[in-house]
Amino acid sequence: MSIFEYNGSAVVAMVGKNCFAIASDRRLGVQLQTIATDFQRISKIHDHLFIGLSGLATDVQTLYQRLVFRHKLYQLREERDMKPETFASLVSAILYEKRFGPYLCQPVIAGLGDDNKPFICTMDSIGAKELAKDFVVSGTASESLYGACEAMFKPDMEAEELFETISQALLSSVDRDCLSGWGGHVYVVTPDEIKEKILKGRMD
Amino acid sequence: MGDSQYSFSLTTFSPSGKLVQIEHALTAVGSGQTSLGLKASNGVVIATEKKLLSILVDEASVQKIQHLTPNIGTVYSGMGPDFRVLVRKSRKQAEQYLRLYKEPIPVTQLVRETATVMQEFTQSGGVRPFGVSLLVAGYDDKGPQLYQVDPSGSYFSWKASAMGKNVSNAKTFLEKRYTEDMELDDAIHTAILTLKEGFEGEISSKNIEIGKIGADKVFRVLTPAEIDDYLAEVE
Repeated sequence: MSIFEYNGSAVVAMVGKNCFAIASDRRLGVQLQTIATDFQRISKIHDHLFIGLSGLATDVQTLYQRLVFRHKLYQLREERDMKPETFASLVSAILYEKRFGPYLCQPVIAGLGDDNKPFICTMDSIGAKELAKDFVVSGTASESLYGACEAMFKPDMEAEELFETISQALLSSVDRDCLSGWGGHVYVVTPDEIKEKILKGRMD
Repeated sequence: MGDSQYSFSLTTFSPSGKLVQIEHALTAVGSGQTSLGLKASNGVVIATEKKLLSILVDEASVQKIQHLTPNIGTVYSGMGPDFRVLVRKSRKQAEQYLRLYKEPIPVTQLVRETATVMQEFTQSGGVRPFGVSLLVAGYDDKGPQLYQVDPSGSYFSWKASAMGKNVSNAKTFLEKRYTEDMELDDAIHTAILTLKEGFEGEISSKNIEIGKIGADKVFRVLTPAEIDDYLAEVE
């Protein structure tokens, strides 16, 4: 089994009309055994910027702590929040620093940029950025997620519809992956508010 | 190096609470050629005297106003070689920021990092402070900005400022002539008039240098032909 599949994970982000949604599963496993069903993979950097990390859980937690550290210093020095594109470049640089002993995670970054334009991207564990206009996926369930998102995605969805779409795409994909699942955690972010919801799916 | 006599910092405090080397550095700045800057409503202009050692010097090769990034420029009063070193360090810092964040460095951040370098040289062993004060002119998302950085490492944002030999006359002149809603072209005229105030000899496009940045966010040093046009308008 590959080290990326040790803990199991599924993360997806989608673009809507002046909003975005980011969702993850909640399972934390040690190979086949499920250890926790409330593991946090998505974290807020600031009100309009979220990062979801899939892969080895210890690296997920450490990398998140490092990124929050860098962002807090940036906020203090520059007296402003980081733009999503800037944050993505920072994450890419931090991952590449460890080119020959990498963090075993794949980040999914989602945010609202200037003029509240949604921005999403993902990258591999050594910082190769992949920008997308519609959706990005990551984790052990990524192949199913690609299929589900491709089928269910429509451009310019409003927040309500985006929530339904991303939830269905996530739940149906993790059902086909034994290493991820045990519910879902969805954030839908518009310029004015952040909606957080827990999904109950097949609890296996 | 390593000799114990030189291992203390040259900038140890005097009993009156001053750092004597920094005072001397400021004197070096004060005896340098005059330079000044003005912030207009839609841009910034910086200018300096360019008095060369002799008529045999190839004046086209001397460039006192330098770019730090495409949208930030700088000029100095004081020791030319120290300025070159600071420009080199600042350019590198700006590029490192760009490489990390893929975003051009904001003017305030670059000024702060340059000032930090200058401060380090007032608190390290075996080095001396830089003998220059810088005027940094830039245009970023926060609009036009003008900063002065001193040998001590302190920096200030100015609406208009001058440094060097003729500083007190120039500042008095600027205080009278400066208005908040000045446009860039007016600011260039005022800059030329301010330089003229204390100028020894005939002012011409060969013995002054002017740099400007407007809302297009591109810093440019004016060509001698453009300076001649502005000089003609001022007459």
